[in-house]
Amino acid sequence: MEHLKLQGKLRSRILGLHYKANSGHIGCSLSCIDIMISILKFKEPSDTFILSKGHAATALYAILNETGDIPGEALETFYKNATTLPAHPAPLKYGAIPFATGSLGHGLPLAAGIAKAKKLKPSQGISYVLMSDGETNEGTTWEAAHFAIAHKLDNLVVFIDKNGLQGYGNTADILGDTASAKVWEAIGFDVAEADGHDVSAMLAIKQKLTENKNGRPKLIIANTIKGKGIPYMENKMEWHYLPMSETQYHEAVKKIEADYNC
Amino acid sequence: MRKHFSAYIEKIAERDDIVFITGDLGYNALENLALKMGCRFINAGVAEQNMIGIAAGMASQGYQVICYSIAPFVVYRCLEQVRNDVCFHNMPVYIVGNGGGYGYGIMGASHHAIEDLAVLSGLPNMHCYVPAFIEDMNECLDEMFSARSPAYFRLGLGKNMPTYLSLKDYGAASVVNIQAELTIIAQSPVANNLVSALKDNPVMDKTEVFVLNKMPLQTLPAAVKASIARTKNVLTIEEHIAIGGLGSAVSLLANELSLPINKFISLHAEGYPGGLYGSQGYHQQLSGLDEGNISRIINSYFNLS
Repeated sequence: MEHLKLQGKLRSRILGLHYKANSGHIGCSLSCIDIMISILKFKEPSDTFILSKGHAATALYAILNETGDIPGEALETFYKNATTLPAHPAPLKYGAIPFATGSLGHGLPLAAGIAKAKKLKPSQGISYVLMSDGETNEGTTWEAAHFAIAHKLDNLVVFIDKNGLQGYGNTADILGDTASAKVWEAIGFDVAEADGHDVSAMLAIKQKLTENKNGRPKLIIANTIKGKGIPYMENKMEWHYLPMSETQYHEAVKKIEADYNC
Repeated sequence: MRKHFSAYIEKIAERDDIVFITGDLGYNALENLALKMGCRFINAGVAEQNMIGIAAGMASQGYQVICYSIAPFVVYRCLEQVRNDVCFHNMPVYIVGNGGGYGYGIMGASHHAIEDLAVLSGLPNMHCYVPAFIEDMNECLDEMFSARSPAYFRLGLGKNMPTYLSLKDYGAASVVNIQAELTIIAQSPVANNLVSALKDNPVMDKTEVFVLNKMPLQTLPAAVKASIARTKNVLTIEEHIAIGGLGSAVSLLANELSLPINKFISLHAEGYPGGLYGSQGYHQQLSGLDEGNISRIINSYFNLS
């Protein structure tokens, strides 16, 4: 559990951002912060990362503050007027956020384009993208996936934050499982599944996949819990939308401090 | 225009920062280009939204990327990608649409683009190029590549600029027609119909003709403004719907400048009145964009039938 403290620290930071802003998308950020640690805390300078599930912006802001890419003073302005940090990442504000996102389905084509450019030049580095499972409903997912396969983009690594919930229900009840390992493998990705809250496991899988330059793009299906770390939020669709009350916030902070040793 | 466009790109094809992406089109048109560009020529398949995302991603790594398809497919299908991925980030991605206006004629409405400028020219950082003749293509293409900004290039019927008509251009004109009583402003290859309408027309010398090939129209070129102030009569002609096109831009700008106008007529695409289909010429005629109607309208300014 070597990353536990950091996972807790960033959760506290995320909760703080949401509480001060009285904003939603809390469950969304808590389900993927650990995935982002495994990418952004261990990134090479030539790697790129796109947060395709842009509504998890607070997770991105929290970790980029940790890496020094977003200064603390900027973080203070989150969600406020005249901010560079709105609820979904904005364009052309920070080098570590190459593309603004917010409408789902944009990140995979963008990341595939970056990967394609790296192949063409050629240049080093992995093109990472983090999607949500609900997001894989989008048609562009499949357009981009087939492009990546056809163009042998083995420098493209896709993470799917698979928490089984989407905007208005369970993924299983809406369009079914569009983040299925079988399907992605069958069409031509190298696929691995991981506990999306086990940073060490994700790091190991990531390394194994990226070392395999076999022409197949890579997918890591990260099995996650929406709202992970806060029992009253876990697995609840409504925590996509709700802000915390004062009581809820303090309860959440205490729980994180206790469980994550931070 | 497609041939000329292709030839222009072939000339710069060796530049290793240029990528050409087609949305699975190009039969009998792009073969030479594909040969010249090698792996920098990409067929992205029938997947326009992905094509634009790929283009923006590549552009972020230093490439200038052309995305080519039939105009409506590369405009409407992937509008959010153009807006969010290309325009918001000011990426050098150039959307090239073949068959602007009613260009694809009998192919039907799905293949037409008569609202494209309305849809695109208000997007941040977007420059729309609408050459009317072969002669103004190079100027537009040169500017597009040197600006390294989001762009839409509307290809249409390619004909040469007439020699008998002094078409003032795109900004300051050095020759002023003080006899002019009518200011005509046209856009896109439908200007050819205007050119035919004016040929051998006795009132030709009483008109001042401008062909504007860039949108959005942020300001009226000085020569256009001076002409309107002098003639107080305006006719705009475009193969595009009234909303969000040339006529609406000119009328807004003229009003903001308080230019006195006696008579303002906008000839534009009227969509599909009657719900019937035909050639580009047929659709132009239904919209009053044919040579005959343009003649009649011009003559009406001079009380001629």
